[in-house]
Amino acid sequence: MEHAAPSRQLRVLHVMGTVITVDVRAPFVPAGVLDVVEAWFADVDRRFSTFRQDSEISRLDRGELELADASAAVRRVLQMAALLQRDSGGRFDVRARGCLDPSALVKGWSVDEAMARLCAGGARNAAINAGGDVLVRGEAAPGETWRIGIRHPTRPDALAAVVSGRDLGVATSGAYERDAHIVDPSTGQPPHGVDSVTVIGPELGLCDAYATAAFAGGMDGVRWASTLEGHGVIAVTVKGRMVCNDLALQLRADGESGRRADNARISADSVGIS
Amino acid sequence: VIPTRAAVAVVATIAGLVLLLNFKTPDTPVASGPRPGIIGSPPSAAPSSSSSSPASCAAGTGPFKDGTFTGQDVPNRFGDVQVQITISCGRITDVTPLQMPNDRQRSYDISTQAAPLLHDEALQAQSAQIDLLSGATYTSDSYARSLQSALDQAR
Repeated sequence: MEHAAPSRQLRVLHVMGTVITVDVRAPFVPAGVLDVVEAWFADVDRRFSTFRQDSEISRLDRGELELADASAAVRRVLQMAALLQRDSGGRFDVRARGCLDPSALVKGWSVDEAMARLCAGGARNAAINAGGDVLVRGEAAPGETWRIGIRHPTRPDALAAVVSGRDLGVATSGAYERDAHIVDPSTGQPPHGVDSVTVIGPELGLCDAYATAAFAGGMDGVRWASTLEGHGVIAVTVKGRMVCNDLALQLRADGESGRRADNARISADSVGIS
Repeated sequence: VIPTRAAVAVVATIAGLVLLLNFKTPDTPVASGPRPGIIGSPPSAAPSSSSSSPASCAAGTGPFKDGTFTGQDVPNRFGDVQVQITISCGRITDVTPLQMPNDRQRSYDISTQAAPLLHDEALQAQSAQIDLLSGATYTSDSYARSLQSALDQAR
């Protein structure tokens, strides 16, 4: 199946245990800018990987490295994680599974940082897709906003929704991720009630962390996320029902936005918010 | 902290919704595959590879051999996952899932057609192209393992 290749500059990276696609639309950037982005992700992998025994995160977890001696990037992320943990009432917890694992924040945050490097290098229209977590800037083509499909959690051939915009992060957390590695910090058990939670906002790092925290908390987590200022939330319940908050409804571009009656809004009593 | 940029995004998106009403035509005709939900026959069972002569690589070359490499078929509880990668100038330039659970063939980050879901009639607009996919099976271990086996062939 061939596509008529759209005018784009593509670099695909296999790093951080996933595939990261960097997609620049005109105006293009020098190859050296993509090299900078590639080197950035490799550096993040070295410092943050929980699969590498010699990463800073692994050494911090084993007590071989003091936080004060860690790199600025690691200290920054762990500081952000601490704030998120406080602001989420413990729903976001880098030690939810016992060991230190800030992965739910690192992936999105590293994409935000990579996008900043792309834009500093001259990109105005670009998208980065890190294993299903997406950040877009500018336009897909002149006059056309980016259109991002959100994969349905239990029907791999289907989409739950399509959202559209110029400057958006879209992070989805669901049971299909690495065989449900996410646990509810308050119970230590996998979440129940929802199959996937998508959070949409201006920064992918926050969206990534919020989506993970919301998914871990089940329907209660979805209710919490729906109140986050400036963030859209789309969740698919285990019964296949889709719920959205108001901002997500505005962002949706799949023809559902005019059919509110068929979609439970998160603010509606179907999920218990009055 | 966020409202300003979020507001910009929302305003821009309303413009996007208006654009949608024009029902953008996909760049290429949609492949006539089986209907969603029907598993297609796998394109090839065994890992395979083919090489091609390298094009001129102005920006230097990456660590891999040029060509197209097919990863192992890795089953998981949702179905089989198998990916194919394309290497140009030593770098991955495309990743195409040959098999995804219930999904015959889909370009990695460009879907030619979004399948309908809860209300078939409601999502006719999805025949319009999407640019990226969020929340995919692409984060699964099966995906990573098939990809790794393809990359191993390219070393």
